[in-house]
Amino acid sequence: MNYSDLFRITLPEAILEIAALLVLIVDLGLLRKAAVKVRLAVAVFLGACGCAAALIPVEMQGASWLTFGKGIDSTLLGTGGFIAVAQTGILVLTILTLLLLFDSGFTKHIGEFVAVVLMAAAGGLLVASAQDLLVIFIGLELLSLGLYILTAFAKNSGKSAEAAMKYYLFGGMSAAFLLFGFSYFYGLTGTTNLALIQYRITLTGPSPLFYVAWILVVAGLGFKIAVVPFHLWAPDTYEGAPAPAAAFIASVSKVASFALLITLAMNWWLQPGGDLAADGHSMEQILRAYYQAWPQLATVLLIAAAGSMLLGNLAALAQSSVRRLLAYSAIAHAGYILLGLAAHPTFTGVGNAVDFNLANLFATQRTIQSVLFYVLTYGLTTVGAFGVVSVVERATGSDKFDSFLGLHKRNPVLAAVLLVLFLSLAGIPPLVGFWAKFNLFAAVLSERAGAVPFALVCLAIAMSAVSLYYYLQVLKRAYVMPAVDESRIKVHPVVMLVLVGIAAAVVLLGVFPTVLGGWIARF
Amino acid sequence: MLAWTIYLSFAGALIEALLPKGKAMHARCLALAVSVAGLAIAVSGFIYGMGRGRVVLIDVPWVPTMGIHYLLAADGISRVLVLLTGLAAVAGVLFSWNIEFRTNEFFAFFLALIGGVYGVFLSFDLFLLFVFYEIAIVPKYFLIAIWGSTRREYAAMKLALYSFVGSAMVLIGLLAAYAASGSHSTGLVALGHANLPVSSQMWLFPLVFVGFGILAGMWPFHTWAPTGHVAAPTAASMLLAGVVMKLGAYGCLRVAIGLFPHGLDPWGFSFIGVGSWRDVFAVLAVVGIVYGALVALAQTDFKFVIGYSSVSHMGFVLLGLVTLNQIGVTGAVLQMFSHGIIAGLLFAIVGRIVYDRTHTRQLAELETMHLSKRLPFAAWAFVVAGIASMGLPGFSGFVAEFQVLVGAWIAKPWWTLAAGVGIVVGVAYTWRATQKAFFSDKLPTPEEHPKTGWPSFAAITWPEATGVALLAGVSLFVGLYPRILLDAIEPAVAALLAGGGR
Repeated sequence: MNYSDLFRITLPEAILEIAALLVLIVDLGLLRKAAVKVRLAVAVFLGACGCAAALIPVEMQGASWLTFGKGIDSTLLGTGGFIAVAQTGILVLTILTLLLLFDSGFTKHIGEFVAVVLMAAAGGLLVASAQDLLVIFIGLELLSLGLYILTAFAKNSGKSAEAAMKYYLFGGMSAAFLLFGFSYFYGLTGTTNLALIQYRITLTGPSPLFYVAWILVVAGLGFKIAVVPFHLWAPDTYEGAPAPAAAFIASVSKVASFALLITLAMNWWLQPGGDLAADGHSMEQILRAYYQAWPQLATVLLIAAAGSMLLGNLAALAQSSVRRLLAYSAIAHAGYILLGLAAHPTFTGVGNAVDFNLANLFATQRTIQSVLFYVLTYGLTTVGAFGVVSVVERATGSDKFDSFLGLHKRNPVLAAVLLVLFLSLAGIPPLVGFWAKFNLFAAVLSERAGAVPFALVCLAIAMSAVSLYYYLQVLKRAYVMPAVDESRIKVHPVVMLVLVGIAAAVVLLGVFPTVLGGWIARF
Repeated sequence: MLAWTIYLSFAGALIEALLPKGKAMHARCLALAVSVAGLAIAVSGFIYGMGRGRVVLIDVPWVPTMGIHYLLAADGISRVLVLLTGLAAVAGVLFSWNIEFRTNEFFAFFLALIGGVYGVFLSFDLFLLFVFYEIAIVPKYFLIAIWGSTRREYAAMKLALYSFVGSAMVLIGLLAAYAASGSHSTGLVALGHANLPVSSQMWLFPLVFVGFGILAGMWPFHTWAPTGHVAAPTAASMLLAGVVMKLGAYGCLRVAIGLFPHGLDPWGFSFIGVGSWRDVFAVLAVVGIVYGALVALAQTDFKFVIGYSSVSHMGFVLLGLVTLNQIGVTGAVLQMFSHGIIAGLLFAIVGRIVYDRTHTRQLAELETMHLSKRLPFAAWAFVVAGIASMGLPGFSGFVAEFQVLVGAWIAKPWWTLAAGVGIVVGVAYTWRATQKAFFSDKLPTPEEHPKTGWPSFAAITWPEATGVALLAGVSLFVGLYPRILLDAIEPAVAALLAGGGR
């Protein structure tokens, strides 16, 4: 292994780890006696600088691979392409989450919190770029263990501890499922490298054991993105975790997990395939076998997607707590995104598979880009939503619907931010949430014709219509119903700036979608 | 130039939202200025467009990779409906002059709604049309929920959800048409040229027609309309019945009929006389006309009478649209304009002039108030509005409904007969409401009769008088000289019927 390659490719993760250690040293060593406000400001500043510094190598590296040994069958990590987009998203969302820490008041252990956030973000970066089963697992565990700790951080809250316990137990079990599935992958193919596994499986044809392994892996990953039926942790965790932690879970871990799913689901033939062809099989054969195998695997994803869309939206109708509402809506949005991932061009077997692949390459790229667009903008909107919820919670003591009563009088700017963010989640134009949905559905329908994708897109759109009801319920409290308590709600200036910035971004990205879309396409 | 109607309205909405609270007069004057400016631009655009066909206002690539353009254009139909929106906006502001509660927010939502409506009428790109269509939903919700009356939160949510479900159906149609046409462009002209296979059009047409039809008050999806109109504050009712329902009808015409004309072809088999989607929607339209009229006849709440009459009149529009002949569709578009003005006038009188003074809408209570003597202006205005609504020659309603009936006769005579029943019942419910509300001799019981003489009502203010004069005057003018609008509508309809969207 080339150590300079290792250094270069893992530079973002390394910078984050160094920043985490630096935060710990400064907070625990130098600033022991300082006031909480000062420690908070310094820690957040250092953390944000670390993320910003990590952004530079992410942007500057083109597509490359870190290999252990020679050849494609030993890649460990990748960079560039959609991986860079996901990593940029992770880092930006981490910065925003850290900025929400101001005035949150749930803990005095600032240094530890920021350090764990940074380390979890490093885990997220690793997950997004992983190309090998073991690296995937390491990254996922680094991310997940960090998230469990973050969920439990509000020591004064029983809910926080309970949520963390549930999250940890559930997550530990899912990790076991994942590892079990991975062990079957290894047993079936003799390698832990993703590309090689995909290659060998498509050649021999998926055996029943492979399907079992696939379902186990989907179970493990489905937990991370909170799709049905692995979603049970989400409402409790979103409700109990301190707001910045919940924002982090809802945004960063989703971006990382979906990037991983893109690698698993869509990256099969986008990798350099020169070495594979040397094995005696032609590209034509490989692609033919792949097109035959994938639809059955995609069915599992489609079922999860349909279930999430249905359950997420219908269960959200019954909620009275805004955090749980956001959790169920997160389940629903994960369903929409998964629908995009599972869509693939169907090859009828007539004609040349290589030509078909080339002809559809643009459509597939477009689907990947639309999935990334959706995940990034959803993460941004969710961070904003949790920011607003945390401010209102601090001021009123609870996150029930009724704490939002009269928000337009108590803090008009905050109410306007809430309006923009929730309408974006509901999919109202010209906000970015609408464009993300439209883009995704258009890509799905363009790529794969047929009754099933169309029926699922219809289901998705119908469920979006349902979602307007519960978002309007919260907005109704904020704008329509008379206030119970008319005292002004104060917001820390940094938090206000972040929230207004996110709301402005949601509007601008929606009106000019080519800005973000073009940037994603550049990779 | 016409595009400035959109930009001015949204800019006005933004400024209204930022105005300091408590200065109601500033908010009103700004709203009036913006809506009058919009009307002026609409009139000048209309005059400029006389004799020209479709004029492209702006065509800028928005998302080039998907072929979506920010494309605003105006043909005769658009110009007429933009004119209607301008008039309804000015009248709405005038009749909201007495709102004191959160005035600036009221006008902010009002102007945002108007901006969205202008946008729909001027869009010639299907995606852009959809965007403006959905933008209009949220202000409606807040207008009704905050400033409305009877069951306002329920009515607002019902309206928002029905509209959103309708637009969800349209979105599915849009995505399917876009994908089926090769994903090159979402322009209405381009999609019209795409010549989708007849089998696709056969299911896309009813999907999109019903999607838009929900907002147009097509029976049986009309139930949001009476509830919503009654609950809404006066200006919102005027806009809802006057302009927003026309959004649905416009979408039916421009998108459903324009892009999927073969969806109206005969199926090849017929079931109890119904042999194509055209027959199905004609039956639904006729049922809407008669049902709306009969239910209006039975109402005890004055505003519900007008609400159901809107459903009935929109049935005429939909009937005219599915006749698919020149005169029927022209009549439908003219009825969109005419009913927009007349419905606005009716809601204004019932809501602003009568309800704000008498504080009741129950006909049984109004009967005892002798309004013809105490509010003669309202009585006269309602008589004029009522006869316009009935379709008396001399007002715009007659020309429009007559054309629709002739068009229906050309298509299928029994449609005209059934619709004619609706007209007769229309006379009945209008006279009943007029008589009960204004010209009843019934005296209140001795306990109810005030001993010291009738308390006098607040005088008619200048905004009310101006608004009534504006709307009644326009209806009369168009009724006497329909050429002015028909010259714009007829070529546009001919072009649309000839070559789907071209």
